[in-house]
Amino acid sequence: MKYLKVSNWGYSAQRIFIICAFSIIPLALLFTFAYLPVINMFKYSFTDWNGYSKRFDYVGFENYTRIFSDPEYFKVFIVSLYYFVATFLQMGLALYFATILSFKVRGKNFFKGILFFPYLLNGVAIGFIFLFFFKPDGTLDMLMHAVGLGQYTQLWLGNPNIINVSLAGASVWRYMGFNFIIFLGAISSIPKDVYEASDIDGANRWQQFRHIILPSITRILQLNLILAISGAISAFDIPYIMTDGSNGSMTFVIQTVHLAFKYGKLGLASAMAVVLLMIVILVTLVQRVTMKGEE
Amino acid sequence: MRKNKGWMMLLTMLLITSLLAACSSGGGSSQAGEEISTDSADIKGEITVLTQRTDIVDTVFKDYAAEFNKEYPDVKVNFQALADYEGQVKIRMSTKDYGDVLMIPTSVPIADIPDFFEPLGTYDELKDKYTAIEERMVDGQVYGIPTVITFSGIIYNKQVFKDAGVTELPKTPEQFQAALQLVKDNTDAVPLYTNYASGWALTQWESDLPTVAGSVDYVNVDQPNTDENFVPGQPHYELYKVLYDAAKNGLIEKDPTTTDWESSKADLAKGKIATMALGSWAITQIQGMTDTPDDIGFLPFPTNASEVVVPLSADYNIGMNVNSENKPAAKAWIDWFLAKSNYAVEQGGGMDADKNAELPPILDQYKDVQFSTLTPAKEGQEGLVDKIDNEGEIGLWQPDFKKRIIEAGIGNRKESYDDIMKDLNDKWVKARAELTK
Repeated sequence: MKYLKVSNWGYSAQRIFIICAFSIIPLALLFTFAYLPVINMFKYSFTDWNGYSKRFDYVGFENYTRIFSDPEYFKVFIVSLYYFVATFLQMGLALYFATILSFKVRGKNFFKGILFFPYLLNGVAIGFIFLFFFKPDGTLDMLMHAVGLGQYTQLWLGNPNIINVSLAGASVWRYMGFNFIIFLGAISSIPKDVYEASDIDGANRWQQFRHIILPSITRILQLNLILAISGAISAFDIPYIMTDGSNGSMTFVIQTVHLAFKYGKLGLASAMAVVLLMIVILVTLVQRVTMKGEE
Repeated sequence: MRKNKGWMMLLTMLLITSLLAACSSGGGSSQAGEEISTDSADIKGEITVLTQRTDIVDTVFKDYAAEFNKEYPDVKVNFQALADYEGQVKIRMSTKDYGDVLMIPTSVPIADIPDFFEPLGTYDELKDKYTAIEERMVDGQVYGIPTVITFSGIIYNKQVFKDAGVTELPKTPEQFQAALQLVKDNTDAVPLYTNYASGWALTQWESDLPTVAGSVDYVNVDQPNTDENFVPGQPHYELYKVLYDAAKNGLIEKDPTTTDWESSKADLAKGKIATMALGSWAITQIQGMTDTPDDIGFLPFPTNASEVVVPLSADYNIGMNVNSENKPAAKAWIDWFLAKSNYAVEQGGGMDADKNAELPPILDQYKDVQFSTLTPAKEGQEGLVDKIDNEGEIGLWQPDFKKRIIEAGIGNRKESYDDIMKDLNDKWVKARAELTK
C-alpha cells in the first residue's frame, strides 16, 4: 500500500520514475513518426510495391541493382553541387550577420527579426513568392531596370544554365536565418570579460572575431556545416514547388518522389531513399573522422 | 558526453532524412458484391463524397445536396474537395477512410480496383444505359461510371483568329503552324500557350492521340502491340511534333517556366492567348470569364489522317468505397448524381454518360467529324499500356517528356526532337519486352 504513493519512494526511484514518465511521450512520437516509417521504408525497398495495391512481392536486391546499374538515377547529383556551393555562401553570410549583430548595433533586434523571418515562412509560400520574383518582368527584373541594370536581365528560371543558381539563391534566402540564429546563440555564450580583456590589449574587431569568436564556435560551425551539406544533398522543397524539377532543376529527392507517386514504383523509390540515407550517414562519418584529427 | 554527440548526430540525421515515409497498407475486407438495398427506408445516415472540384464544392455541390435531400431527406451529405486529387486519394486508399463516394483515381491499376471499390452493377445491366463503362470493368462487373464524357482538341479564341487573318480553320499540322504564325505576326496574343509550369495541362495532349492516329483503335488495341510507338510517321511522333515546332518557332509563351493556369483561362477568354490544347471540360470555365462566350471555339486536333476522329473519353469515374458503412445511401447519391444533377453539361463541359445524350452546341459546326469512344483493349491486354508506361518510366500521362520537348524546342536542351523520341521508343521497346516475356 505504501508504495502506491510516489512520495514514499526513495530519491533515485523517484528520479527514474520522473525521467521515464516525462520522456515516454516524446519517445513514442519519435518511434511512431520517425523510426517506424524508416523501418518500413527498408522493408519496402526490397519489394515491387506500387504504393496502394494490397499485394506485393519481395524482389530481393533488384531495386538496388537497378539504381546502381543505371547512371540516369545518379546524374541528378550534379544539381546538388549548386546547392553545395550555395551552402558556403549561406554559412558565410549567416556568420557575418551573427558576428555584427552580437556587437552593439543600432536596431539590433529589428535586424535579427528581419534575418530570421524567412525561416519562419512556409516553404510553399516562399516558392510562390520567388516564382513572382523571377518571372519575366517580375520583381527582380523591375528592380534591375530601376537601378539601371536593365540590359542584364535574364530568364531566371527559363535559362537552364541559370535556373539552379536562382533556386539555390532562394534556398539560401530561406535557410540562412536558421544558421544565423544558431551562430548568434553560440556567440552570445562567449563571456563578456574576454572581449573586455582583448579591448585592453588593443585588439580590433577582426582580431576579436578571428581569435575569440571563431575558436569558441568551432563545434557549432561543424554542426551547421554537416546540416547544410546534407541539406544540399537532399535539396527538395524550393525546387519541387517552384519548378517540379523541370528544365534541368531535378534533384535526387524530387526524382524519388516522382518515381513513387507518378510511376507507382514505391519499392524503387524506397531503395533510393535508403541510398540517400546511406550517403548522408557516410558524409557525416567522413566529417567526424576529419574533425577528430583536429582535436 | 563527447561519445554521445556522435550518436546524437546520427540520430538527428536519421530524423532529418526520414521524411520520405509511406503509410503501411492495412487490408480491409468487407462483403463486397452483396445486394445493396434500394429500399427508401434504408436510405438514411451520413455519407462523405470526395471531389476534385475545389472551385465549386461550396456552391454548386451544396445545391446538389439540397436537391438530393428533397428525395432522400434522411441523408446528410458531406463533401471533401481535394486539390491534388490523384495524389491524396491514392495515399488515403491505404486506409479504409477515403469517403463513401469518390472519383476512381486514374492511376489505380484496373486489376486492383475490386480491392477498393464496390461493384455498381454488371456490364449487361448497365451497357444500354451508359457509355464508356468498359474502362473500369473487371470480370463483367462495372466499378465506375463516367461523370462526364469529354472530348479533346484545341480551344481557341475566334476573335484573335479573325484579327490575325486566319480565314479557314486549320485542319493539318502545317495549316495549324501557319495559323499560329499569323497570330504571332499580326496580333499581340500568345499563339499557343502551353501551361508548362502547371505540368498537368501538358498531359492533355496525350488525349489527342486518337485524332492524330485517325482511328479509335490505336490507343488500346494497336499501341500495346507495337515496337514503333514513337517512330517518325507514327501518331505519337506526329502529335508532339506540333508542340515541338510551335516551341521551336517561338509560337509559345515567352518564359514557359513561369506560366500560371488560373490567369491563362482569363487570358484566352480576353484574347491575350489564341489557342490552348485542352479537354472540353475547360470550355465552360473559360467562357465563364468573358462577356462574349461565343468567342471561345473548339477545333479538332490538327491531323493528316483521312478521317477526323474526335475521341470521347470518360472524365473521372464515380465509384463507391468498398469499406463504406452506408452503401444504400452512397448508391442513392451515385444514381441521383448521374441522372439528375446535370453536372456533366453544366460543370463538366461535356456530355452525360447517358447513351442518349446530345452533343453540346459548341460542336454544331462539326457535322462531318466522327465523335466516338475508344475501342477497349483486347482480352488479356487490359491496362497493358499503363503497365508498359510505368515500367519504362515513360509517362504518357505525365508532364515530364512534354516538358523536355518544350525545353528542347526553345533551345534549353542539347537534344533534338528525334533524340527525345528515340529515347522514349527505346524505353518503350525495353519495357514492353520485359512485360510480354
